[in-house]
Amino acid sequence: MSALATEFTVAPTLPKWAAPVLVLIIAYGVVPFVGTSYLFEAILLPFLALSLAGLGLNILTGYAGQLSLGSAAFMAAGAFAAYNFNLRVEGLPLVGSIILSGLVAAGIGIVFGLPSLRLRGFYLAVSTLAAQFFVQWALTKFSWFSNNSSSGVIDAPTLSIGGIVFSGAAGRYLFSLTIVTVITFLAYRLVISQTGRNFIAVRDNETAARIIGVPVLRTKLLAFAISSFIIGVAGVLWAFAYLRTVEPAGFNLDRSFQILFIIIIGGLASIRGAFFGAALIVVFPLVLARLGSFLLGDIFDSGVLDMSQRIVLGALIILFLILEPDGLVSLWDRIRRRLGSALRLTRR
Amino acid sequence: MMADFDYLFFIEVLVGGLLSGVMYSLVAIGFVLIYKTSGVLNFAQGAMLLFAALTFVSLVERGVPFALAFAITFAAMVAIGIAIERTVLRPLTNKPPITLFMATLGLSYILEGAAQLIWGTQVHGLDLGIEDLPLEIGGVFISQFDIFAAAVAAGMVLLLSLFFRYTRIGLSFRAVADDQFAALAVGLRLPLIWTTVWAAAGLVALVAGLLWGARLGVQFSLSLVVLKALPVLVLGGFDSILGAIVGGLLIGASEKLAEVYIGGYFGGGIETWFAYVVALAFLLIRPAGLFGQKLVERV
Repeated sequence: MSALATEFTVAPTLPKWAAPVLVLIIAYGVVPFVGTSYLFEAILLPFLALSLAGLGLNILTGYAGQLSLGSAAFMAAGAFAAYNFNLRVEGLPLVGSIILSGLVAAGIGIVFGLPSLRLRGFYLAVSTLAAQFFVQWALTKFSWFSNNSSSGVIDAPTLSIGGIVFSGAAGRYLFSLTIVTVITFLAYRLVISQTGRNFIAVRDNETAARIIGVPVLRTKLLAFAISSFIIGVAGVLWAFAYLRTVEPAGFNLDRSFQILFIIIIGGLASIRGAFFGAALIVVFPLVLARLGSFLLGDIFDSGVLDMSQRIVLGALIILFLILEPDGLVSLWDRIRRRLGSALRLTRR
Repeated sequence: MMADFDYLFFIEVLVGGLLSGVMYSLVAIGFVLIYKTSGVLNFAQGAMLLFAALTFVSLVERGVPFALAFAITFAAMVAIGIAIERTVLRPLTNKPPITLFMATLGLSYILEGAAQLIWGTQVHGLDLGIEDLPLEIGGVFISQFDIFAAAVAAGMVLLLSLFFRYTRIGLSFRAVADDQFAALAVGLRLPLIWTTVWAAAGLVALVAGLLWGARLGVQFSLSLVVLKALPVLVLGGFDSILGAIVGGLLIGASEKLAEVYIGGYFGGGIETWFAYVVALAFLLIRPAGLFGQKLVERV
């Protein structure tokens, strides 16, 4: 009996905050000094923006159970709103225009979330497609949004907060990292709060949630607003920090699907899931390209690469849905548990 | 203002819209078939359409006779249907519909990628031997091709209705659609039924793919016709073939009329989202669509 008790106390269980803090220490303290510009430009910057978008969608789809196929539209709304606030409001600091652009995206999210009050499941998913097409159409049609630029492609402003200019790849990385860290922390606080519980209640059984007194309509709209806010800010990072240009074409339906795939692969209803999924989505095309040209040589041109990417991605989605429905997160947890118990066994 | 209103032109736009609506219905029927029997919104229908059309046109270009190419493509679609049932549907039985939907999203990526990996990404012209000359009926010009497409769609709906009503397997389709558990309990073989349904959806995809391919050219954008079919489905209800037809006609007509009469106020190009707005506005009044089954909620 006493042996059992010591076993439990001895078992090295790190506090919950240890892993995120460790990650942050590495992300702030090590990566900026050792990272190459390829690492920042091709991997970390898109990873951060997509993680944030995945986080936003996960709140709506993973926690609150409302499937959305229009994420890219909210990214576009955020990016263009930030661009216009920055351009047209004199003296507005960058952080101000980012927060305002998040609010604009949230407002659009509420408008397109309104059908969720009447519609369920597929009907709602189809209605979020309306957001996708409408926003993209509006942004290409009305040149006011892109400041009458003839090509529709516009340069993003320089990133600066309180006089500090975040230039260069490493600077933009730190800028994105800070925003993502703050929002992730807030999102984490949100999902363990009463509101987060309400989201889950609405997802699991809407009628039951209503009976126990969850304000279903308000909860749904709130989920749409918060999720769109986060996705909107992700759009700002995507355009300002990663691409350095603002254009509607990049925020198409494929991008919306990509963000949905991130949370399916990473893990629905999990904060870490968005990061795991985004890492896979960003890294896997690069790996596939290397691997393909290494194995097949010249036959593996960009067309073939494009198509095989689609096939592998589609197959991954199906495989995850069948074999690991809770995503990479649960795979990771299982591996860690196995490793942990293996370590304990050897120690004994 | 009213005196200037050109009724002939209005009718011409209306008829053109109705006929293009038939083309939407043609795609939507494929969705309905699968949704009715397995409760899956099959997003891959558009990819199946692309796959079928691309396979067919590539075979014809390689000198395979028309009928043989049709048969081979149909066989390929049946094989795909069997493969989907084995590898995707069976392991996901009893999973929530949303999971199945996401699986079909993955499926559409696989099919689109595979079709273009095998046959290439060039645009192929497809000539079905029907002249696309306008036909004058009572002063209104109507495209011959559209009439042909409408006739094909009508024929297909008739065929499917007869099949559902009078054959044994059609009866079991309806049983499965009605209640999956009860159907299993009385000993219907679900895998066989699902395979047949996916094969039937493959046939619908093939026919729709040929008609759309002849219209737009066979290329990647063909798989995007799903996006045209979705509002039709929302309007008509996911589980009604009649709904798909009526929904298609309504969407087709309102889209064309809106483009011609009010599109100018928005700077044109509104057809990408107008259908969705019509469908949404309608849904706010009737959440289950025109002919969809009303949901009874239980805790």
